[in-house]
Amino acid sequence: MAKKPQIAADTRPWRDPAAKPFVRIRNVTKKFGDVAAVSDVSLDIYKGELFCLLGGSGSGKSTLLRMLAGFEQPTAGRIEIDGQDMTDAPPYNRPVNMMFQSYALFPHMNVEQNIAYGLKRDGLPKTEIAERVAELLTLVKLQDYGKRKPHQLSGGQRQRVALARALAKRPKLLLLDEPLGALDKKLREETQFELVKIQETLGVTFIVVTHDQEEAMSLATRIGVMNQGEIAMIGEPTDIYEFPNSRFVAGFIGSVNMVEGTVTEDEPDHVRISSAELGCDIHVGHGVDCAPEQILWWAIRPEKLHLSREKPANPFNANVTHGVVEDIGYLGDMSVYQVVLDSGKRLRVTQTNTVRGNPDAITWDEQVYVTWGDTSGSVLTV
Amino acid sequence: MRRSWFLPIAAALGFAFLYAPIVSLVIFSFNESRLVTVWSGFSTKWYGELFNDPQLLGAAWLSLQIAALSATIALVLGTLAAVALVRFRRFKGRTLFSGMVSAPLVMPDVITGLALLLLFVAMESTLGWPQGRGMLTIVIAHATFCTAYVCVVVQSRLSDFDRSLEEAAMDLGASPIRTFFDITLPIIAPALVSGWLLGFTLSLDDLVIASFVSGPGSSTLPMVIFSKVKLGVSPDVNALATIIIGIVALGVLAATILQLRARPKKARG
Amino acid sequence: MTAAHEPTIPPPRRLRPWNVVERRLARVGITGRMLVLAAPVLWLLVFFLVPLAVVFGISLATKQFGRPPYSALLSTEEGTVQLTLHLNNYIRLFTDNLYVAAYLSSIRIAAIATVITLFIGYPMAYAIARAPDRWRNILLMLVVLPFFTSFLLRVYALTGFMRGNGVINQFLGLFGIQPLVMMQTDFAVYVGIVYTYLPFMILPLYTTLVKLDVSLFEASADLGARPLRTFLSVTLPLSLPGIVAGSMLVFIPAIGEFVIPSLLGGPETLMIGRVLWDEFFSATNWPRAAAVAMAMLVVVVVPIMLLQRAQSAVVEK
Repeated sequence: MAKKPQIAADTRPWRDPAAKPFVRIRNVTKKFGDVAAVSDVSLDIYKGELFCLLGGSGSGKSTLLRMLAGFEQPTAGRIEIDGQDMTDAPPYNRPVNMMFQSYALFPHMNVEQNIAYGLKRDGLPKTEIAERVAELLTLVKLQDYGKRKPHQLSGGQRQRVALARALAKRPKLLLLDEPLGALDKKLREETQFELVKIQETLGVTFIVVTHDQEEAMSLATRIGVMNQGEIAMIGEPTDIYEFPNSRFVAGFIGSVNMVEGTVTEDEPDHVRISSAELGCDIHVGHGVDCAPEQILWWAIRPEKLHLSREKPANPFNANVTHGVVEDIGYLGDMSVYQVVLDSGKRLRVTQTNTVRGNPDAITWDEQVYVTWGDTSGSVLTV
Repeated sequence: MRRSWFLPIAAALGFAFLYAPIVSLVIFSFNESRLVTVWSGFSTKWYGELFNDPQLLGAAWLSLQIAALSATIALVLGTLAAVALVRFRRFKGRTLFSGMVSAPLVMPDVITGLALLLLFVAMESTLGWPQGRGMLTIVIAHATFCTAYVCVVVQSRLSDFDRSLEEAAMDLGASPIRTFFDITLPIIAPALVSGWLLGFTLSLDDLVIASFVSGPGSSTLPMVIFSKVKLGVSPDVNALATIIIGIVALGVLAATILQLRARPKKARG
Repeated sequence: MTAAHEPTIPPPRRLRPWNVVERRLARVGITGRMLVLAAPVLWLLVFFLVPLAVVFGISLATKQFGRPPYSALLSTEEGTVQLTLHLNNYIRLFTDNLYVAAYLSSIRIAAIATVITLFIGYPMAYAIARAPDRWRNILLMLVVLPFFTSFLLRVYALTGFMRGNGVINQFLGLFGIQPLVMMQTDFAVYVGIVYTYLPFMILPLYTTLVKLDVSLFEASADLGARPLRTFLSVTLPLSLPGIVAGSMLVFIPAIGEFVIPSLLGGPETLMIGRVLWDEFFSATNWPRAAAVAMAMLVVVVVPIMLLQRAQSAVVEK
């Protein structure tokens, strides 16, 4: 396992072993027939977090969310919210509200009636309901739209009504199922920040399900990556991206170059890996939990690789390989190079275009050296 | 390109075929003469005669009552059946149940009528109920086959129903029954109305089943019309048909206009 | 406002009557599902399934005078229960030419009428499916409208149309053509079935045809197929579920049709629905009528199964 740089003790509760989790999911399994949609998931989520469940379709993330809302009963395991066992509580008796992917706005009610629906079910007095609805309409900036029906609203406005309706009962926990999924790209970016702002203002704990890694990275305090019904990794966005714990996580988030290698030196302060695929040795500048001769994988992000025409300095006689530029994708802010190594392995390298219209840029069919820092890659054993 | 004229002409001929007999029937209902096919001047006397025929009026009133009652029973049973079929994915006997619900749709009327009559006779001799046959037995028979139609209509509406609407209501604190009345019912209401109307029309129209299960003195409108028609064409039946067709046409027209008016709004949504 | 939104413990739920009822029922093991299912299941068992069983039972009895006019299957004689089954009704179905002929002629008439309906209905359904949007709903309404008017009255309207001195013959008379004999023939029965069941054919056909993507035809034309070729190799196969569903919706009820043959057909027009009716009302031979019904059921079972498969295909697409 890679060691991550230590950050001084801070207020993030998940780093404090004594902190009491707000939502405790314990060994939860959900089977549909013989198929386990969620298998043996345990997860702690703390008060005030914005936790993202990230995964592809069929990864079990939505099923997990629906069990938190009470729409599905776990086959095994317990769910505790704020110290109370909620495993078998029906959805209408939970201090939890949900924002649906389709928004699920009641088509026969106007915006105000939609927002007031949950408050009416709690038997709140009329004046209080009216006050609360007005407050929420202000919060989501829809003051003038109270009398409109859902079909008279734009996608973004509907999304905000759904959010206001879910927040109306002041839930302790808000579940959001692909909250930005139905919006177009531009609106999505704006709404994303608005969502975080509202979450911080109200201090409600959010659990967001999404398949969009960018969304998860920019929204979340922590991310739980799910794969085939199991949690593959839990961590802060930087952990997930920079220190993936497995080949799956490394490959799922962002793009990555992955090579197979054999450990040749295993020291407490460094490791040496020989990789035929890469055509050179890898010198890793920290200790790794592995054994000599062990076969493992080394993963590195494209932006951590560097291209040069001249052979760079090579203190460890490692971390430099050689290849030919096969293809270049110009994206404006950066360019993506595809470099074919002598072994036939292709590496993806991104270089920021810092010089405008650089005439000296590396181009097609050039012979290049590829280098990287000794702590830039991740050594993965699974 | 050949089809560009072939299709419209085929459609026009088809519609002509559908409507020509009805139009001629309406025209001849205003004919002076008793001979329904020879025009001899405009008259509304057959309409007057219609309203002086106590047998016809009695049968019409009976049929309307039966239709309203059986459509209402069918509405309740058909909606429950549709909810069960759409919402309960698996339960014991689901195949049998769905078969029982949809079979009356295609069952030949003579079989349904005979079967129910034999049942009523057998029940009367063993249980002592129902005593004799009449309005009650016709209502039961009509409710049974109308249930199938209501179920089909409601089922199709329920299956494009977004279930997360109900989940949202429960999530906001509504119990399942509350959710049904607050959310599900208002949204499927149009399907319920058309299901009821369909049941009403079908009951009003049924001759064969009613003939089997009715008793002496409980002749429905179709039974009276049938016996008149068997004797030959009579102008007062033309008048009656014109009235019925007029009412139905107005109803369907109104429903279509309402639907078309509602559409542009929906398209935006 | 921020303070107002601090997560608070929700106020205690007020108990509402429904909640109480639900809880009580749950305690004795009655779930919501059972409540929903109970009424329709009971109703259909008693008034649909049991009657069919009764029909089967009575088909094994024999005619007798009295009330009810059939023999009892179970009788108690000298303290023992006796079960008496009569198969003679079924034997008669196969030996009496009347029944065999009636079944065959019902199937023949229904099949011919179905094919005619298909040939008239298909172009209409296709024309409606390809019509501009604003026309489509009006045309569909025009198809459905007759269906909502009385079936009996529509058959009656046909009699006025096809009589010896009816509209058609008067029209032909204008050209000096001798009146045609149409009423009380098999021809009139075909016209009657086509006329009354045409909407049943058009609607499922329309449903499959309207879902066909226009780009399919463009692709076919682009790949070099002439319009007729495109129709035969693309449109027709893709609308097959609609063709089957529509045909069965016409064929099945047409087999058991009673009103049309008795109003439009002649004395020699044999149809099984009419035979059953006469057996019951004129001959008051209830067991025989029951046996005829059971045999009719056997004839329509296969088409019904075909229909169900086609219908799910129509809906799925």
